[in-house]
Amino acid sequence: MAMLGKPPAILVLEDGTIYRGYAFGCPGRTVGEVVFNTSMTGYQEILTDPSYHGQIVTMTYPHIGNYGVSVYDMESNRPFAKGFIVREFSRTASNHRSNQDLQSFMEQHQIVGIEGIDTRALTRRLRDGGVIKGVIYHGDADEEEVTALVADAREHEDIDGRDMTPEVTTPLPYARPTFKENPRVVVVDFGIKHSIVYKLELAGSEVIVVPAQTTPAQIMALNPYGLVLSNGPGDPDGPKYAHDTVWQLLGLLPTYGICLGHQLLGLAVGGQTFKLKYGHHGANTPVKNVITGAVEITSQNHNYAVSMDSLPGQQFQATHINLNDDTLEGMAHVRYPVFSVQYHPEASPGPHDAGYLFDRFIEEVNAFEGASALPAVKFEGRV
Amino acid sequence: MPRRDDIKTILIPGSGPIQIGQAAEFDYSGTQACKALKGVGYRVVLINSNPATIMTDPEVADRTYIEPLTLETAEQVIETERPDALLPTLGGQTALNLAKVLHDQGVLERFGVELIGARYQAIHKGEDRQAFQEAMARIGLQTPQGRMATSLDEATDFVREIGFPAIVRPSYTLGGTGGGIAYDEESFKRVVTQGLHNSPATTVLIEQSVLGWKEYELEVMRDHNDTVVIICSIENLDPMGVHTGDSITVAPAQTLSDKEYQRLRDDSIAIIREIGVDTGGSNIQFAVNPEDGEVVVIEMNPRVSRSSALASKATGYPIAKIAALLAVGFHLDELPNDITKETKAAFEPSIDYVVTKLPRFAFEKFPDTPNDLGTQMRSVGEVMAIGRTFKESLLKGLRSLELDVRSPVRKCPTERLEAQLSPHPGRLPVLLELLRRGKSVQLLCERTGIDPWFMAQLCEIVEAEREIATLPEPERWDQELWREIKRVGFSDSDLAAIIGRSPDELRQLRLAQGSAPVYKTVDTCAAEFEAYTPYHYSTYEWEDEAAPSTRDKVVILGSGPNRIGQGVEFDYATVHAVWALREAGYETIMVNSNPETVSTDYDTADRLYFEPMTFEDVLNIVEHERPAGVIVQLGGQTPLKLARTLTEAGVPIWGTPAEAIHEVEDRDRFHALCLRLGIPQPRGGAADRPDDAKALAAEIGYPVMVRPSYVLGGRAMKVIRNGEELERYLEEVYAELSEAPSILIDDFIEGAREVDIDAISDGELVVVAGIMEHIEGAGIHSGDSACITPSVGLNPGIERALLNYSVRLTETIGVRGLINIQYLVRDNEVFIIEANPRASRTIPYLSKAIGHPLAKYAARIAAGSRLADLGLTETPRLRHYSVKEAVLPFTKFTGVLPVLGPEMRSTGESMGIDRDPDLAYWKAQLGAGVRLPSGGKVLLVDDPDRAEQLELLEQDLHNAGFAVARTSGAAPPQSSGYGLLIDTVHTPLLRQALENGIPYATTVEAATWTVRALQKATSSRLGVTALQDLFADVAVTNPD
Repeated sequence: MAMLGKPPAILVLEDGTIYRGYAFGCPGRTVGEVVFNTSMTGYQEILTDPSYHGQIVTMTYPHIGNYGVSVYDMESNRPFAKGFIVREFSRTASNHRSNQDLQSFMEQHQIVGIEGIDTRALTRRLRDGGVIKGVIYHGDADEEEVTALVADAREHEDIDGRDMTPEVTTPLPYARPTFKENPRVVVVDFGIKHSIVYKLELAGSEVIVVPAQTTPAQIMALNPYGLVLSNGPGDPDGPKYAHDTVWQLLGLLPTYGICLGHQLLGLAVGGQTFKLKYGHHGANTPVKNVITGAVEITSQNHNYAVSMDSLPGQQFQATHINLNDDTLEGMAHVRYPVFSVQYHPEASPGPHDAGYLFDRFIEEVNAFEGASALPAVKFEGRV
Repeated sequence: MPRRDDIKTILIPGSGPIQIGQAAEFDYSGTQACKALKGVGYRVVLINSNPATIMTDPEVADRTYIEPLTLETAEQVIETERPDALLPTLGGQTALNLAKVLHDQGVLERFGVELIGARYQAIHKGEDRQAFQEAMARIGLQTPQGRMATSLDEATDFVREIGFPAIVRPSYTLGGTGGGIAYDEESFKRVVTQGLHNSPATTVLIEQSVLGWKEYELEVMRDHNDTVVIICSIENLDPMGVHTGDSITVAPAQTLSDKEYQRLRDDSIAIIREIGVDTGGSNIQFAVNPEDGEVVVIEMNPRVSRSSALASKATGYPIAKIAALLAVGFHLDELPNDITKETKAAFEPSIDYVVTKLPRFAFEKFPDTPNDLGTQMRSVGEVMAIGRTFKESLLKGLRSLELDVRSPVRKCPTERLEAQLSPHPGRLPVLLELLRRGKSVQLLCERTGIDPWFMAQLCEIVEAEREIATLPEPERWDQELWREIKRVGFSDSDLAAIIGRSPDELRQLRLAQGSAPVYKTVDTCAAEFEAYTPYHYSTYEWEDEAAPSTRDKVVILGSGPNRIGQGVEFDYATVHAVWALREAGYETIMVNSNPETVSTDYDTADRLYFEPMTFEDVLNIVEHERPAGVIVQLGGQTPLKLARTLTEAGVPIWGTPAEAIHEVEDRDRFHALCLRLGIPQPRGGAADRPDDAKALAAEIGYPVMVRPSYVLGGRAMKVIRNGEELERYLEEVYAELSEAPSILIDDFIEGAREVDIDAISDGELVVVAGIMEHIEGAGIHSGDSACITPSVGLNPGIERALLNYSVRLTETIGVRGLINIQYLVRDNEVFIIEANPRASRTIPYLSKAIGHPLAKYAARIAAGSRLADLGLTETPRLRHYSVKEAVLPFTKFTGVLPVLGPEMRSTGESMGIDRDPDLAYWKAQLGAGVRLPSGGKVLLVDDPDRAEQLELLEQDLHNAGFAVARTSGAAPPQSSGYGLLIDTVHTPLLRQALENGIPYATTVEAATWTVRALQKATSSRLGVTALQDLFADVAVTNPD
C-alpha cells in the first residue's frame, strides 16, 4: 500500500500502542523516552541538544527538514536525541544556509526516524498519559515482533534516578581561544549546548568548559571570576556528586545555572525537584520576571522542575514564574550573585527575550573582585 | 495594570464600505473589539457607514451611528456622545485616517478625546514612508533604498539613480492603491502620476525593487507593560512583487531556519517599540534575499490588518479582541487564553498544521483590464484552508475557491502555459499542469522566483496524482490506501478526474472501506494543553477530536470567499442565523472557508468547521455531526447551489425546500407560475438561431435586453435598440463562442424604475419587509444601483400591486424564510423580473432601515417560529428614509470607464439615514467616500437624448449657486477645476474625474438626486442619529 514507495516503519510504546508510518533517517531500531517539542523551527538545534540524550523527540510541527542542516546550527558535535518522530519529513531542503539535507545528516549520525504518523494524536497521548518509553523500528512488524518491541520498550532503563552526565560531558576541559582580555568563566558541562558558550563569550568572558565531575578545588584552581552550571539531560537527582560540587562552591563565585544547572543548584541548597507530567519542550512559554513584572517568551526543554515550596526561603527567592502552570522558572540567592533559570536564555532554538541574563551574569563577573574577597560562608541550608 | 477606570466611553470607527484592500476582515475586528470592550464594562460608540456588517447591529455597540466616516460627522458624534477615548486601530486604514484628521483639525483636543491603542506619532511613523525609513535606520534595520517625491520630476530624478525596476508606493492609501512596479520610464511616469493622485498627501515613495525576494509577515502584539509577542509568521508563496493581499500565503513560515526566524522576530520587536505602537497588534513585512539571507523591512501597519484577521483564524488567537483590551490598560499576562482557559494571552501560538490563504479575483468583471498582478491589490476576497501538511491545505484551498482550476489548463498547449508564468490569478494551476507535463522544479523556480521548497511540494502533489493513476481500480483500495491517498489532500472530485470515475462512485467505495475524515482542533498550542474551543478542520489521520454532542444541532452553511455579488452581507445573514438558532436552544455548527468573517470567529457558533464549501466536505461534516437540519438559504449562492445535491443525499434542509428554489430559478417554470398567478412579466423568450432571434426581437418590439443563455461575465448582456444593433451583437457573440448558445431576449421597458422587495414568510403569513426603489433606471444591476426605502416615487396603487404580487408569489412557492423579488415599474404597470427565495444582498441594509433583524427571523422560522412570535406582522411604517449606495472598484482597474451596467461590479455599500430623503442620499454618498461639492463649478456633458432633463438640472444648479460649464463629448477634455461631473453619454472625462477623485454622475436619475441633495445640503445641516434612537420603540433582542 505504501504511497510514493516509502519504506514502512513502526513506533511502539511500552503500553502497547502502535503507530505505523514510514522510515526515514538511518535504517534500524531505537529505544528511548518519547517526548514532544512544540517549537515550529529549530529541529537541528533540538536534535543536537545533549539534553535530549536518551529521548525520542516528536516534533508537533508537521513539516520537518524544510531548510536542511547547517554547520552553524549545531548545539553540540553530534545529535543526542535517540530517535525522531515527524508528521512529514521534507526531502527537499531549501535555504542558503543549508550545507546538508536532514536525511543524510541523520544517516551520518545514525539517528532513526519515523514519519507519516498522526503526531498530534501521539502528542495528546503524551500530554494526557505522561512521558512513556517507546521503540522506533524500521520495517513491517508483525504481531509477534510488536510484542517483542513492547517488551524492549518496557525493559529499557528508565531515565528517572539515573546519572546521565558521564555520557554527555566533555572528556577533557577545553578553553575557547580568545584574543580579548575578558574575565574567565568556568562552565561545568553537564551536557552543554554550544550556544551557551557562544553567548557567554559574546557577553564578554573567557570561557573554560570543564567535565561534569571536575572537583571544586580543580575549578577554583583555574582562577575563575564566574561559574556556569550548564544544561543537560536526565534526572537532576542522578548526579549526586554535582550537588556536592555546587554546594561547596556556593557563594564563592558569581554563579549562573541553566536548566539542569538550575535544578542542581536547587537540590544543592536543599530544595526538591519533581518530574513534570510531560515536561516543557518548546519555544513559546511565557515566563514572568516577578522582580520587574516583565514577561518574556522562552525556550524550554525540561522534564523536571524545582519545587517552589522547597526553596530555602531565607537563602533563595523566586525570580521567574511560568505563566502557564505557575512552576518555578528562576531563582536568585538573596545575598550572593548566584542565580539560575529553568529555561534557556541562550535560545537556539527559540526567542531571544531572556538573552539579558548573560549580560547580567557578566556584570556580576565584572564586579567580582576575586575569590579571596568573598566572605567565608558556612552554608546551613543543606539537608 | 488592570482596566483603566478613567475612561468610560470609547469611540470606535469602522472601515466603511467594503472595497478592495479593506474588506470584511474589519467587520470581524470591529465586532470583536466592541464585544470585548462592552464585556468589561465600557460604553462603546461606533461609527460606520457600512450597513452590511455585524458591528453596526444595534446590539453590538451601545451607540451605533450608521453615518459617513468624515471629519464633520465624526465631530458631531463626538460632540453628542462625548467619548473619553478613540480606538482607531481596528477599522483599517479608513479609521486610522479619520483619527489622523480628527487630531490634525484639533477635534480630539477640543473634546478631550484620547487616542488609545496607537498614539498620533506612532500612526505617523508607521504610515509616513520617510518617517518610517528614518525610524528603521535609527534601529539599524535596512529598508529598500527609497525617496519620497511630491512631483513627477522629483521622482524621475531619483529613479535614474536607483534604476529599474522600481516600486512606487503612495502614502496613506490602502491595498497599495495607485502604486505599482515600473520597468521603464514610460510605465514609471504613468504609475507615479496615478500614485500622486491617489495619495491624500500627494506623496509617493520611489523604492528600489526587491523583486523575487522571499516575502514574510509577522503579526506582533504589544501591551503597556512592553511585553511583545509574535502571534504568527506568514510566508508568501509568491515572492516580492505581488501585493501580499494578492499572494498565496502560508502560515507559519516554511523555509526559515530558527536563526533566521528569530532575527525577524527580534527585528519586529525592535520595530514595534521604535514606532511606538503602545498596545495592540501590528503587522510587519520583510523581504529576505534567498541568496544570502539579507533582510529588508518593507512596511509595518500600526493597526489590526487583513493579515491580522488571517493570523487570528490561522492560530486561534483573537488578535482584535486582545488588542482592544490592551488598549484600555490590560496586560497580556492578565488576560486568559480563551482556548486553553488555564494559560495566558501572553504567549506565542504554536501550530501543528499548515494554513494556506488563496486570493479570489474578479477580473472576469473587467474584461478589458490585463490580469497581471503587481503591488496594487486587486483581489476581492480570499479563502483559507487548514491541513496537516502544506499539500493538504493547498488542495483544500484550491477547492475552496469554488472555481474550475483544472479544465482550463488541461486543454492548453504547453507553450501557452509556459507563457503564463508571470504573476496572474491562474498561475498556480498552470504550475501544476506544467509539472504534470514533466517540466522540472528547477526550471519553474527560475522562471517564477518561487522557493524550491514550495515548488517541490507542488511536484509531490503531481507525483501522487501520477501514482494514483497507476493504481489498480478503486474497488480494490483498502482503508489504509484510501487514507494515504486522501491525506495528500485530494477531494473525491480530484480523484475522479485523475482516474476517470465519478466522484459519487468514489465516495461510496471510500465509505465502504470506512475511510472518512477525522477532525482536529485549532488550539494555539499544538496540543500541549487541553483546548476548550471547538474550532476544527478535517484531515485523514487516526484520531478524531470532535466527537459530536448529544444535543439537537443545526448546521449553518457560510458563504465562502467574498466576491463581487456575494460579499459580507451573506456572512451577516449566517451570523444572525447562528444567533437565532442558539437562542432557540440548538447547538449551532458553522461551516465556512472565508477568514475575513465574523462567522468564522470561534465564539460565534457553538462549533466551527473551517472547511471548503464543497458537497463532499459539507456532507462529511453532516455525516459526522448528524444535525437535525442544515440552513442553506442565508449564505448566498455558495450554499444554495449545494441544496439540491445535499437534499438528494438525504440531508434535511431547513427553510425553503430545494424544489421551490428550483421552481423560480428555472425560466420556463417561473414563467408558467407568473402566468398562473397573473403577475405580468416583460415579454421575452429564447432563440436558438440568429434568424429566430431577429424574429423574436421584432415580435417583442425594440428596445430589447439580450444575453446568451449561459453567463459570460455579463459582457454579452446588452440593451439593443434596433435590428442592426442586434445583428452586430449576434455576430460578436457567435464569433467569440465556439458552441452557439441560445439567446435570451426580453422586452426592455424603457424609462422604467426598478424596485426590489424583500419579504419573509413563516409558511402561513407573508410580510413584505420593505420596498426598495432604485435610484438608477432599469438596465443597471440591482447590486450596483443606489436605492431608497421607503419608496418616494411610487403611487399607492403601484405599492398595493407590489405587495399583492409579492405575497401571492411567496405563498405559492412555499417560502419558509426570505425571498427577494425584483420588479419593473413603468407608469401604472408592474412587471416581475425575477425572484430569489433566499437572503438577498439587501437584507442587512433593510434590517437596519426597518429595525428588524430579518436574517435572524428567517433562521427562527426555519426552526419553527412564527412571524407573530417574532413581532413582525406587517410592513413597518417608518419616519425616516434609508438610502443604499454602491461602491465600485474602478480605480483598481486601469482604463475601465466607471459606468454602471447589467453586470454587478460593486464590492460594497454605504447607507445614509435621514428624515429627509435627499439628505439620506447625501449621507449615503458621503458614506461611500464621495465628497459632493458645496459650491463652485459643475461640468455638464451635452446629451442630445436627454437635453430637456439636463436643462432642468442646469437651472437647479444655478439656483443653488453653482456655476455650470457645458462641454460636448467630442471636445478635448476640460481642465480640472470643477467639483462635479455630470456625464450621461459616458465620455473619457469620467475616467479622468475618477482618477482625480472628482464626484461624477453617469445617469440622469443619479444626477437629479445629486443636484437635489446639493440644494438641500446648502440650506440644512446634516445631523447624526444613533440607530438605537431610531427604533427606541422597537424591542431589540439580544444576540447572546
